[in-house]
Amino acid sequence: MLRFIARRLLETIPVLLIIITATFFMIRFVPGGPFTAEKAVTPEILRNLEAHYGLNKPLHRQYLDYLGSLLHGDLGPSFKYPNRTVNEIIAEKLPTSLELGLISLLVALALGLTLGILAAVRRNTWLDYLCSTVAMVGICVPTFVLGPLLVLLFAIHFGWVNASGWYSPVDRVLPCLTLGCVYAAYIARLTRGGMLEVLSQDYIRTARAKGASEARVIFRHALRGGLLPVVSFLGPAIAGILTGSFVIETIFQIPGLGREFVNSAFNRDYTLVLGTVILYATLIIGLNLVVDVAQVWLNPRLKFE
Amino acid sequence: MPYFPSRSSLSFAIAILALFAAAGCAKKPAAPSGVSAARPAAAQIWRVNNGAEPQDLDPQTITGIPEHKIVSGLFEGLATEDPKDLHPVPGLAESWDISADGLVYTFHLRPNLKWSNGDPLVADDCVQTYRRGLTPSFASEYSYLLWFIAGAEDYNRGKLGDFSKVGVRALDDRTLQVTLHHRTPFLLKIIASHNTWSPLPVKVIAGFGPLEQRGSRWTRAGNLVSSGPFVLKEWTPNQRVVLERNPKYWDAANVKLDQIIFFPAEEPATEERMFRTGQVDMTYELPQSKLDTYRRQYPESLRIEPYLGIYFYRFNVSRPPFNDKRVRRALSLAIDRESIVKNVLRGDQQPEYAISYPGTAGYTPRARLTGTVEDAKRLLAEAGFPDGKDFPAVELLYNTSENHRQVAEAIQAMWRRNLGIEVKLVNEEWKVYLTSQHTQNYQISRGGWIADYVDPHVFLEIWTTGNGNNDTLWSNAEYDRLFAAAIAAKDDHERYEIYQQMDAILVDELPVMPIFYYTRVHAVSPRVKGYYPTLLDNHPYKYIYLEN
Repeated sequence: MLRFIARRLLETIPVLLIIITATFFMIRFVPGGPFTAEKAVTPEILRNLEAHYGLNKPLHRQYLDYLGSLLHGDLGPSFKYPNRTVNEIIAEKLPTSLELGLISLLVALALGLTLGILAAVRRNTWLDYLCSTVAMVGICVPTFVLGPLLVLLFAIHFGWVNASGWYSPVDRVLPCLTLGCVYAAYIARLTRGGMLEVLSQDYIRTARAKGASEARVIFRHALRGGLLPVVSFLGPAIAGILTGSFVIETIFQIPGLGREFVNSAFNRDYTLVLGTVILYATLIIGLNLVVDVAQVWLNPRLKFE
Repeated sequence: MPYFPSRSSLSFAIAILALFAAAGCAKKPAAPSGVSAARPAAAQIWRVNNGAEPQDLDPQTITGIPEHKIVSGLFEGLATEDPKDLHPVPGLAESWDISADGLVYTFHLRPNLKWSNGDPLVADDCVQTYRRGLTPSFASEYSYLLWFIAGAEDYNRGKLGDFSKVGVRALDDRTLQVTLHHRTPFLLKIIASHNTWSPLPVKVIAGFGPLEQRGSRWTRAGNLVSSGPFVLKEWTPNQRVVLERNPKYWDAANVKLDQIIFFPAEEPATEERMFRTGQVDMTYELPQSKLDTYRRQYPESLRIEPYLGIYFYRFNVSRPPFNDKRVRRALSLAIDRESIVKNVLRGDQQPEYAISYPGTAGYTPRARLTGTVEDAKRLLAEAGFPDGKDFPAVELLYNTSENHRQVAEAIQAMWRRNLGIEVKLVNEEWKVYLTSQHTQNYQISRGGWIADYVDPHVFLEIWTTGNGNNDTLWSNAEYDRLFAAAIAAKDDHERYEIYQQMDAILVDELPVMPIFYYTRVHAVSPRVKGYYPTLLDNHPYKYIYLEN
């Protein structure tokens, strides 16, 4: 297993390098730059601005310079926010995104697993239909609809929470619920499917024949296999929750990294684009590795190969 | 089976259903913040949504409106704005003398001026500030507002190496003398309205690295030292910026607010919800879709104010068919501006029939675009396109936005109906669009211009030959000559008469097609007092207070 992990980690290096290179050049070839503004500045000022950030050097030189500073862990200054570095912005915003993502994930798992297991166990009853309908609605209603609906209800109508912001613990409730619900819906469907497949297997019948209680059958024998599809889904889901929180962060005015990630491209904030892309790429690669390890651990039929 | 937490999941399912049901009928209007939110009488905390996270708070490197809104509470100019009509009133300078030829301004600073850290604020701070702003490597985008000083442009462009030759001098600690390159009748308005001219705490800045280095850390909370009515108390990125009363400010006794909190919500729908829950007392804008609701339900919170800005379409006059002014005129006459304003925009904007904004510092253009759709048809036929026949394929470029799209679609339909020409709409992401426009890679392009100070000069200087913001490739020798003559004019009366001729040329030549004059539409709680409609949407904060 250690060899497996070590090999995968080594494979990460060329992948990251390709991602960095592609991002570096793609963002440069987009029309407009960090200093493109509605009000034209004089050519002298533009030249001086570019000189200040080293944008006047040949592109390959800038690329090598960037890789050089990257080796020292320096992601460079932000173009959009001149008094902050990309390292600082990520250090400030990542914890918020992680908190949002983690709580949402817990919400998603708690709701999704419950609904999924319930639906599978009470298959083809009204309970199953209800759970499946709720899950389907959760998938169909996008966050930018659900979020404002929740705000309308709990902030404006009842006045229990703030409409937006990330100031007090209670401000976490609506965004995490919104983001969690969408993933809960997927998890519910996957859990139901996985559980149904496992519940029809011979070893479940054997367990029942041996007189195991229903709870033991479900939680001890069926759940481990039934969760496999959920586990494979979790890798991309966590990555999606972390990188895709842009909409939630905008609706609820949350100071997370998702907005920086998207806005940096609009701002042509070259260094911030690269910094966030590198971070997310690393996260996704890492999470996929964790998922692979978890799958082998859960499924005895797989081996580290 | 008792093992499954079916009750909780059931109740969740019910809660979700209930949510949709309730959201469907949650139309009962919540009271806007001003009515319901009761706060202790003592606290004067004004909570404002500011539309974006500020890039920085250095008055010499910022370029955006959200930054300007914060910085204007922190730094005061030698002159500052009147709260009602923004005319220059004494600020850090208690008075000034202007030489008879209008070239030498002598500012007399107030006695005992202090920075917020207690250091004395002296005339030399101004000199060092202007030196910083003009240093070529510092590359301040707004440095051109200092170019009125003799030698400043050359120094800024790197043609003059010796700053002592630039016309700004501290005669003593309280006297600043500025010698201009040419008469600038609107200089005091710039000084009052734009922070490029406000002195900065150069000694403090120098403690955080070279004075002329962009992006040093002096602008962070705890480091920033200010001269205005407020100091920077907190700056939590993407959360809030908090300004607090500055006890060292010369007029501190008349500052009414204890704190101003700026929120950075960008999404108009989000800030509108914040307003309705009472989280903010003022929004940055208001979604168009909410206008009717506010007119009906919260008229006391809806503020629609004139805004010194123009909305127009540029023609690329270097390319056929728009090198022919008859075509430009035909297109300009064939749209119904009243209808666009009334049916599309619906925010009380005014239809625009000339370039300059009516009533800008006492100037209203006499020139007016007049003519009927029949005239437009005739002009188009004269240009060789009777009933739009053989009219080349034309694209109308705008930056991606719902409002711009709606205006463009309306105009597209009017041209089709009235002139029989077909125009294709093309939208581009903001910076791509700007690049297309600055490189004249377009045929017709949406444009807008918001004034930095209240003077007709701002809308007329753009169209001079070689101006970086012209972007139409239109050039007119007579227009350029008049522009130079206006600057040299001996008084505003003479200057405005020249501007009338310039406006007449623009309405005749139409390098741009005027469409409407902007308004500022947002929600302001009725408890906010001392907040007057002004053309620049500047509101000197020291006059604002909250009624509890």
